[in-house]
Amino acid sequence: MSNRREFASFATDEQLIAAAKACRAQGMILVDTYSPYPLHGIDPVLNIRRSRLPWVTFIGGVVGLSIALWFQYWSSSVSWPINVGGKPFDSLPAFVPVAFESLILVAGLATAGAFLLRCGLFPTKKARKMDARVTNDHFVLVVEHKDARMTGGRIDELWASHGALDTWSELSS
Amino acid sequence: MSLSCVPIEEVPLITGGKTTTQVTEDVCGPLERKPGKLWVPAFAVALSALLLGLIATGYQIATGIGTWGLNRTVGWAFDITNFVFWIGIGHAGTLISAVLLLNRQKWRTSINRSAEAMTIFAVICAAIFPLIHMGRPWLAHWVFPYPNTRGSLWVNFRSPLLWDVFAISTYFIISLVFWYLGLIPDFATIRDRARGIRKKLFGWLSFGWDGSARTWSRYEVTCMLLAALATPLVVSVHSVVSMDFATTIIPGWHTTLFPPYFVIGAIFSGFAMVLMLMLIARKVMSFEDYITRRHILAMCKVIVFTGTIVGASYATELFMAWYSGNEYEQFAFNNRINGPFGWAYLIMVGCNVIAPQLLWIRKVRNSLGLVFVITILVNIGMWFERFVIIVVSLHRDFLTSSWTSYAPTSIEIATLIGSFGLFFTLFLLFCRFFPMIAMSEVKTVLPAEQRRASTREEDHSE
Repeated sequence: MSNRREFASFATDEQLIAAAKACRAQGMILVDTYSPYPLHGIDPVLNIRRSRLPWVTFIGGVVGLSIALWFQYWSSSVSWPINVGGKPFDSLPAFVPVAFESLILVAGLATAGAFLLRCGLFPTKKARKMDARVTNDHFVLVVEHKDARMTGGRIDELWASHGALDTWSELSS
Repeated sequence: MSLSCVPIEEVPLITGGKTTTQVTEDVCGPLERKPGKLWVPAFAVALSALLLGLIATGYQIATGIGTWGLNRTVGWAFDITNFVFWIGIGHAGTLISAVLLLNRQKWRTSINRSAEAMTIFAVICAAIFPLIHMGRPWLAHWVFPYPNTRGSLWVNFRSPLLWDVFAISTYFIISLVFWYLGLIPDFATIRDRARGIRKKLFGWLSFGWDGSARTWSRYEVTCMLLAALATPLVVSVHSVVSMDFATTIIPGWHTTLFPPYFVIGAIFSGFAMVLMLMLIARKVMSFEDYITRRHILAMCKVIVFTGTIVGASYATELFMAWYSGNEYEQFAFNNRINGPFGWAYLIMVGCNVIAPQLLWIRKVRNSLGLVFVITILVNIGMWFERFVIIVVSLHRDFLTSSWTSYAPTSIEIATLIGSFGLFFTLFLLFCRFFPMIAMSEVKTVLPAEQRRASTREEDHSE
């Protein structure tokens, strides 16, 4: 049996969050919301887990720092040691600024790259066909249910009671 | 009730009772119409300045840097002054977007986009000067360590000049990434309002953004992480720039005060530049409801605070010269005040220490004209601070026989004008084609009753 996906657009974030909670109380699966700005308090409602992106930042930082420290040591004291003002070849304190900048660079690029990759954002990607005002001033809630009784009157009633502007639905496998 | 009697927290961030719909309309509208009356002449002036700079740059690269007023005693002068000046300007953008984000200062949302743009353009302007100074800019890639046929001969990692290469490249790349991530949701807004080629172009630029809750959740985490990385970065960049000077043995340069002194001066000049541009932009682009009195007052406070620390740094330098008992240090500072460049020292103290203190007075703070004048004075003062540090410390060195003076040539002045031309050309293009205010962020700071789509009646009444 196929599931039904129901969409409803709202004029305010508060209406959307109230409608989402009502849908969850009815036992429907909350698929996603689409909004012009981040909705605070929606993550627990949608069961969005804490992002693991900070780990990417941490690993990126460790990699950037280690490579920079190793490379500065290797190039200054192994590959071609040059005596600069009598300083030791392995002059660690002087290597700190470049190591620090490399840490920030690799960690920052890794974080941004991982974000784009995880969200599947890239230049030629086509945005999902949705209410065209979802990036402007509309808030769209997407729910899924298997319950045949929900189709028809009940879902429309639920949407109407929360002030939905527009509703539509599609079948999903 | 006048504004000055109300505590600043109670002054609304965005005035005019804007709804979510109106924010989109106000920010995207100007991009979809023909340029305003002031834009075209402003762009013509900026572009002419840029052309002048390009001609001067072409001439000095073809002829050699003998076209500058440098001599054997004053080996660094106009170009390095301009370099440090522009890098300093570039510091406020990341400060506003990163430090104020970590501190959850909501007023940043109206100005962070243009401040970040300003950062990126200022760093581009700054990079021109050391590039020309190399004399053979086509060999500029030699500053990066890469396997080469000369050994491989590696760069000298013990040199602060090389640290500068890494600090500024990193700063530019991270600022650009941060700025672009912020632009993606707003590009999507423009895409969804546009048709034809514009829709396609902004479709690419917006990376297929659809505003899904999961994307937003990760987006906010990413912005916080980048802010946490950019905060120590912004402090490190001007610290490293200051080490170009502090690690030498020149009296007036060789001091441990330099890193904090440079960083606070950079924030001071950067904020003055942001405030100056915002005062112009709110008028020209009619953003009075978005860049309000509250934003201006908040920025005035930052300028008073940083200006006071800059003043304290000047006093500390003088005290340490006297207290150290080092006669060369004492001479260097005596020469700054009483020497042939005493007028430059006077401009520096007048513009950086005295002028911003006027902002303590409520009447001055509330007068847009006076605030505008003070921001220009601060920028002039901060340029002269770098001139005083660089040229005045060098022109009378340890041997009286090599004492000399310095005056910029017309080529050097044309290059400085050209860098302003480049800055304003880029900034005006940005105002014309990119959303100047971060729509998705401003929408979140609207009061709850205004965070809604406008009703049909409101749409028609406009």
